[in-house]
Amino acid sequence: MIPCKPTLQRLTLLFLSIFVLSAVTVSAQDGKTLFVSKCQSCHAPDMKTGSTGPALGGVEDRWPDKQKLHEWIRNNKALIASGYPYAVEISKYSPTAMDLFTNITDPEIDAILKYINDVNTGVIGGKKTEKDSENGKESNQNAVIFGVISLILALIAFILMYVNSNLKKLSDDAEGIDRPEPVPFYRNKVYLALFAIVLFIVGGFFVSKGMIGLNRQTGYAPKQPIYYSHKVHAGINQINCLYCHGNAWESKTAAIPSVNVCMNCHKTIQTYSKGPKLYDNEGMEINGTAEIAKLYEYAGFDPKKPDAWDPSKAKPIEWVKIHNLPDHVYFNHSQHIRVGNVQCQTCHGDITGMDVVHQASELSMGWCVNCHRQTKVNFNYSDSTGNQFYSIYQKFHDDIKSGKMDSVSVKDIGGLECQKCHY
Amino acid sequence: MIKLKTAANSDNMSQNKYWQSFAEANDPENFKGRNQDEFREELPFEDFDGKGLIDAKAPRRDFLKYLGFSTAAATLAASCKVPVRKAIPFANKPENIVPGEVKYYATTYIQDGDVVPVLARVRDGRPILIEGNDLSFVKGCTTARIQASVLDLYDKNRVTHPKHKKGNEFTEIPTFEALDKELGAAIRNAGGEVVLLTGTINSPSALQVIADFKAAYPSFRHVQYDAVSHSAMLLANEASFGSRAIPSYKFENARKVVVSFGADFLGTWLSPVEFSHGFALNRRINEDDPKMVRHFQFESFLSMTGANADYRFNHRPSETGAVVAALAAALGVPGVSAPAITDAKLKAGIEQVAKELNAGKGESLVVSDSNDVNVQVLINAINSHIGSYGTTIDWSAPVKYRQGIDKDLADLVAAMQSGSVGTLMIYGANPVYTWPEAKKFEDALKRVKVSISFNDRIDETTALCQYIVPSNHYLESWGDAEARAGQIGFVQPTIFPLFKTRQWQESLLVWAGKNELFEDYFRNFWIARLGSADAYNKALQDGVWTAAEATTASAGSFNGGAVAGAVAAIGAAPKGGAKEVVLYQNVALGSGSHPGNPWLQELPDPITKATWDNYAMISASTADELKIDYKSNDYEYYPNKPVIKIKAGNLEVELPILVVPGMDKNTIAVALGYGRAASLGPVYENVGKNVYPVSSFNGTTVSLYATNATVERAGRNEKIAQTQIHTSYEDRVDVVRETSLASFIKDKHEIKDYRDKLVNDYAKNTGSFRKEATLYGDHEAPGIKWGMSIDMNACFGCGACVIACHAENNVPVVGKREVLRYHDMHWLRIDRYYVSDEKDPNELKGVVFQPMMCQHCDNAPCENVCPVAATNHSSEGINQMAYNRCIGTRYCANNCPYKVRRFNWADYTGADSFKNNQDQELVGKLDIAVHHMNDDLTRMVLNPDVTVRSRGVMEKCTFCVQRLQAAKLDAKKAGEPLKDKHVRLACSSACAADAIVFGNVNDKDSAINEERRKNPLRTFYVLEQIHTLPNISYLAKIRNTDELIPRKGAHGGGGHEEGGHGEEKGHGEAPHAEQGHGEKEHQESKLPSTQPAEAHH
Repeated sequence: MIPCKPTLQRLTLLFLSIFVLSAVTVSAQDGKTLFVSKCQSCHAPDMKTGSTGPALGGVEDRWPDKQKLHEWIRNNKALIASGYPYAVEISKYSPTAMDLFTNITDPEIDAILKYINDVNTGVIGGKKTEKDSENGKESNQNAVIFGVISLILALIAFILMYVNSNLKKLSDDAEGIDRPEPVPFYRNKVYLALFAIVLFIVGGFFVSKGMIGLNRQTGYAPKQPIYYSHKVHAGINQINCLYCHGNAWESKTAAIPSVNVCMNCHKTIQTYSKGPKLYDNEGMEINGTAEIAKLYEYAGFDPKKPDAWDPSKAKPIEWVKIHNLPDHVYFNHSQHIRVGNVQCQTCHGDITGMDVVHQASELSMGWCVNCHRQTKVNFNYSDSTGNQFYSIYQKFHDDIKSGKMDSVSVKDIGGLECQKCHY
Repeated sequence: MIKLKTAANSDNMSQNKYWQSFAEANDPENFKGRNQDEFREELPFEDFDGKGLIDAKAPRRDFLKYLGFSTAAATLAASCKVPVRKAIPFANKPENIVPGEVKYYATTYIQDGDVVPVLARVRDGRPILIEGNDLSFVKGCTTARIQASVLDLYDKNRVTHPKHKKGNEFTEIPTFEALDKELGAAIRNAGGEVVLLTGTINSPSALQVIADFKAAYPSFRHVQYDAVSHSAMLLANEASFGSRAIPSYKFENARKVVVSFGADFLGTWLSPVEFSHGFALNRRINEDDPKMVRHFQFESFLSMTGANADYRFNHRPSETGAVVAALAAALGVPGVSAPAITDAKLKAGIEQVAKELNAGKGESLVVSDSNDVNVQVLINAINSHIGSYGTTIDWSAPVKYRQGIDKDLADLVAAMQSGSVGTLMIYGANPVYTWPEAKKFEDALKRVKVSISFNDRIDETTALCQYIVPSNHYLESWGDAEARAGQIGFVQPTIFPLFKTRQWQESLLVWAGKNELFEDYFRNFWIARLGSADAYNKALQDGVWTAAEATTASAGSFNGGAVAGAVAAIGAAPKGGAKEVVLYQNVALGSGSHPGNPWLQELPDPITKATWDNYAMISASTADELKIDYKSNDYEYYPNKPVIKIKAGNLEVELPILVVPGMDKNTIAVALGYGRAASLGPVYENVGKNVYPVSSFNGTTVSLYATNATVERAGRNEKIAQTQIHTSYEDRVDVVRETSLASFIKDKHEIKDYRDKLVNDYAKNTGSFRKEATLYGDHEAPGIKWGMSIDMNACFGCGACVIACHAENNVPVVGKREVLRYHDMHWLRIDRYYVSDEKDPNELKGVVFQPMMCQHCDNAPCENVCPVAATNHSSEGINQMAYNRCIGTRYCANNCPYKVRRFNWADYTGADSFKNNQDQELVGKLDIAVHHMNDDLTRMVLNPDVTVRSRGVMEKCTFCVQRLQAAKLDAKKAGEPLKDKHVRLACSSACAADAIVFGNVNDKDSAINEERRKNPLRTFYVLEQIHTLPNISYLAKIRNTDELIPRKGAHGGGGHEEGGHGEEKGHGEAPHAEQGHGEKEHQESKLPSTQPAEAHH
């Protein structure tokens, strides 16, 4: 009989180390999580381009006083009101005031600042930070390496045990102790049981992970009938999202613009020449002018005779839908962007940097709910920033006044309830 | 107040008894035993191989096989591959269309002369729901049929293109040009008269088109014919007032007495929308000064309106004239002598009515649905005598809803028979189905050279025509309709015509040689009338236009000359035979003008709660004569009902029976509108029988009854799918609260005392029944708390809310076979309770209707038992249901005391992951109606904001949560607090009587708050004593009778009840209304002594 105790100990150690390792990777991403949830809706994640808010790269160097920077992040209004000159200066950056983050702790701010610095200096991800999917790839690679190492270690442990038992047998033979013939490992019940348990756990993990991931399509970037670059339009040319997707302001669907909206500009912009080179997912170079010509085909537009164009002859473009929610989910764009002041990028990722649009977020229920848990609702209906609608939540106003509550988040006004989204 | 098991302990109490079926009334113990299972059927395991699952061979292996297969299949079905979905935008987006947002367009529901301005809720180019138009003269009211009319638009049995009959088959005519060419020549070659036969046409523009057509064809004649006509009223008014018209009836002005002789004015008579609204205004009660109109109904069977009456009196249909004459005589109408009325109760009733009418002169109204000119002349005389004209009846604006004169059709048939009619064009009429002498019409039609039908379905008449030129549905049309002089409802299309159809007006224009689109013709017509294009656009936008401010009500000038002749004619009318048959319209199908509508077919009848069928309603005594044991539990429990053979008029028909209390002993009532032709679609084949042949034409008008009928048992049974027999409150009390006005005035605090007693009994320490009387914690509603109040005084049971709920919430149609298995899916049902004296259940006192839907309990029994928390509570007081979380244990439905949860037993909607999962042997095949509803065309009616539920999940009323979410979003977008104006539920906006009030209880100014605040004494919660804390409150029903109903001892507190008994016993029975007042006073003085009424002062 092979002593199984050491084997178990070793296995436990192996599992433990894997858990510890994975735990470490989670905590290292705190700064990023905070940035994504709190800052990214206004500040570009590459830290180098301006957006609703200024580029954050080098922000610590720009601020004369680190303490004031913390104050600014926590409550920029108060700092402006206090007349701090640098605060007043940067408040002129954009008419949109920065959100208040009164609950954020110093270590959290430090984590965000560190993340900003890391991204800016290229310590994290370098260029690749722009694409979450590649981040995913990287962690996948790590998992593979860990897996291979664990397998090799397990194999070595197994060989050593086998050698050990053979040696023991030899020494027993030499000493004349009569022991029964050892059971070969493939018939050893302990091994088989262990193997079964490990298979069950590992198999179960991957099966359930696979099942949960069914129909989720993060990173989905299908080929579209026309190569349309959001980077060129919304990024380089700074066209407001709502110019084309104005429906998102009014309705549940953001809607894809109709051909006549494209033609508003493309009647005159007939070639693509000044912008950067365009590549599709396979790395093939795209001829922008040829893509505009495709639009003309749909629109029935002859660039040589622009005055003869008859918009009523246009044919609709059959775009491939990227962001698909299941039928039993109700999602309303206007609720989020108009009432909730959520930026498009919060869910759609850095759309202004995408040539080929891919699905940036998971669009899973956990992902939705997480945001509903964290997002604060502006309850200051007495000034112009808040919505009078929330004046009906008398209890919360009382609680805020009495200090029982510091702020109201979406979950408090029912954001986690089933029939907010499923009916 | 419901108390069924009372035989033993209340021998001398004359309290009211509330019951739903004869077995429940007569044999409550057995009934309870039979009904205690929530789900009655056995699980269908025996089908595996004829034995039970456990006894079957190798069940474990089979189980594993099934398990393995289903897991693999589910994996495949869920399929790792995501289909590529397209998003196709407009090529050119119209400016005013916002994809995903709802738009309302004002239009007008027009059917058989009915004119009801409505709003069509249009989502992404599809009308999906009809709502009332608040700007209109009907104050935003609708009926079940109006609500359901949107489904007719998407009926796949509509005629999709013009057709021409070749041999026995219809063949398509490819274009309208070809049709016009062919028909133009045909009409001219046919020679003879050109006749247009329609239902009532009250559209000014259409009448202009007809006039233009007449100019082109001088030998043209327009005949109007209504299936259920009001000819007698028109002719009687011609005799009495010199004007062949119908005046406006103002029920809102009838504050004292309303007497109806058979007129179902809340359901089907003339303009039930307006009448329900007006009548309800006088049925509501101000608790401080309780007053309400008293409603008497004389009729031959229990109609929906009769069910709402305070006093009902039965008579044979043939006696109508005599009863009306007796009332006229009792009132002292000159020239009327009293005929002999033998029935003592009826006689006393007539005297009472006469007394009260005399007392209520100028604030009372008498109506009758009789199609006998003599009866209507007498009704006019009565109304004139009691001063109704100028007060409750207005001649200044005659209504134009019904204009058909029966004799015109009889004359037309004669002309057709003689061969003088060359061309017959038919729109909105179906005489082959509805005319008493249908065979004659059929034969005469064969002699017409060119016959054209504009009807949009191949109905019985259309099937015999040579050409079908289908007209548009009203939601695809342009048009107008004049409800009464100067009140116009406008029709504008809400969707492009789905098929190759053309409005009949346009066809007439083309054939008259005017090559003009009707749209342009219509616009020019109205711009000329209204003065400017702006005024026209405004009228279209509003959907209504009124010529000028209404003038003061006119009394007309009554001429009693015809009275004497009428009395003589009534006296000479033949007596009825052993049995009589009366035909009626039910609220769902009416005269049969919406045949292809599964929503209406599945709408339970207000009285019998039967669906998908017509049947013979018979009285208890007729049942006894036929030896039908209707009191046995078997009769109620099994849907099989005995079939009887009825011979009446020109018809011999076999129909299953339903025994209904409150019927005239010797009258049998059968609904019209059933038994349709196969050409209308397979769904409606074999649904009921056509009984129009029972009616007869007497040379002047059509009578919808037969006086000499015979009945016998046919010796077989047929199934009737009723919906109410299978829910049970498990003998719990206080489901319905109802009392008489006299009792309420005497003892206003009865309900409040009961509620206060709950507090005393269960929440002594804090006085909060809500918090103290439970082990569970409370749900807080920090912002909004939704609540509903239903005034049972204003609920007449019409079912408009049920259909509105169907349409708004994608509630599936399940078909007759599934209703028979108690699988009906209505989220909102209207419970009907018969009220009778405790000791004499067959003597019907009244009927109570109670809309019942999920009560959204704050301490919900369903939430506690759900193993997966699929049903839980929201912070706004809604009992939520997450369909995708539901695993179908049905524990919740079992634990729901209100029985309002509905389980998707089969794939009613086609929403399953598995395709074609509807015809499984194990669950039984579904009716063709279900497949019909799942057709791609029909599915266009679905509300895209509401999930279509698949098989195996539970569903129930959500308080239209999609609308609440939209309402909150609208308020947020506008940056204002949520107010009543943002919220409208499908059911409450459909209700013509405004019985349902909904809103935010936390808002002090909301209507729901006001309703509860103003009615503290009538407000009650169903089953409040079990501490479910519903968010729906009801206002107790008050019937306006003089009867004094003793206060019930508070249930659960034996002491009071005991005391009550002691008091009652000494005085014998409580008095009935007919008994002397003196005794009543004496009785009343004793009653309150049993109650701790002082506690509240």
